[in-house]
Amino acid sequence: MSAVGHYLEDEGIPTVGISLVREHSEKIRPPRALWVPFMLGRPLGAPDAPDFQRRVLRAALELLEAGDGPVVLRDFPEDAPQAVDDPEDVEGMACPLASNAPAPDPSTTDGLRAALHAEIAQLAPWHDLAVRRRGGTAVGLSGLPIGQVADTLCTMLERLEAADPEGPSPIVPGEMKLACDDLRTYHEEAASAQPGGRDSAEVLAWLYDRTVAGRLLLRLRAQAVRSTDKALRGAGTLMLVPRAVVNR
Amino acid sequence: MARLADLPDWERDHLLQLAERAPRMPSEPWATGPALSERRVAIVSTAGLHRHGDRPFAAGAGATDYRVIPGDTPAGALSMSHVSVNFDRTGFRSDPNVVFPIDRLRELQAEGVVGSVADHHYSFMGAPFPPTGFEPKARELADLLRRDRVDAVVLLPV
Repeated sequence: MSAVGHYLEDEGIPTVGISLVREHSEKIRPPRALWVPFMLGRPLGAPDAPDFQRRVLRAALELLEAGDGPVVLRDFPEDAPQAVDDPEDVEGMACPLASNAPAPDPSTTDGLRAALHAEIAQLAPWHDLAVRRRGGTAVGLSGLPIGQVADTLCTMLERLEAADPEGPSPIVPGEMKLACDDLRTYHEEAASAQPGGRDSAEVLAWLYDRTVAGRLLLRLRAQAVRSTDKALRGAGTLMLVPRAVVNR
Repeated sequence: MARLADLPDWERDHLLQLAERAPRMPSEPWATGPALSERRVAIVSTAGLHRHGDRPFAAGAGATDYRVIPGDTPAGALSMSHVSVNFDRTGFRSDPNVVFPIDRLRELQAEGVVGSVADHHYSFMGAPFPPTGFEPKARELADLLRRDRVDAVVLLPV
């Protein structure tokens, strides 16, 4: 991002960037950057916090009037507001999704497929609510409805498990990546609509430890990373499951 | 949270390694403009954003192409197809403005803090390394921004 700022500025267009990693901005030295102490993925600090977001954006924009260039790197003084953590509500988020979800039979793809469809149906009211609140859904990268996303991924897992890991990939890795994104997005959007505050780590733990979708994503990754097919192994290593889950 | 000291060792080491390998730019350009209240502002993101239904970014990490986000796009119509899964997406799931603050920018325009909001905004997928690979597309973007009379760009990573 800092490099894009450098080139735009070089073309005569004033820029200011949010910096999430101060050490990177110190090295690349973009014209103007506001370092913020927020988690990666949240340059404006916190969702559903319009006043706070406005303060961050305004602080960044005001650096455009700083006269002490050519390199201005300032720190935003506030931490991001935390989600309100109500233990009862968080419990309410986790339990219906986990304990009521039918346990998949890991020995059969049909069992996994049935359990995943049941989980998707169970989450549907929350996903509907999330779409209304958000004003739209980010599900749809694969071009498939969510039910077909589930079927496609189960079929991909079946093919991967039956294939020779030293042979060519039996699936298109890019298609797997987009379908996995859709499945994860569906679940995370549904979780975002449930009552109670929840932070990123809680949602991550819920998704990968307590949902059928998470178990499917982990199984797909396990198959992909053992492949000698470069594209498939790359997708498995980098694009399906966060390092925060793999490395714990 | 993005204070390196707060991150797990493996993530801190990864980010420090990227900083170590990042190139030093050959110059320090500095463009100026009118008062903020007279500026026309565009957002340029590297979050791999696009409108729902637009072509997603390809799975390869080296892509330097961009997507156009018209200024009247509702925040809720945004999707994200960034190749990396190693940053928080739960914020974006709930409120796209935490990544692409188009509503906040419109509010600042209404308050008179900025002059106007550009007709078009843009998103790259910020995975290429080294980031100098962005140069051709960034210079191409500069021409488009000039034609939109933009004189202030907010750059937003994830």
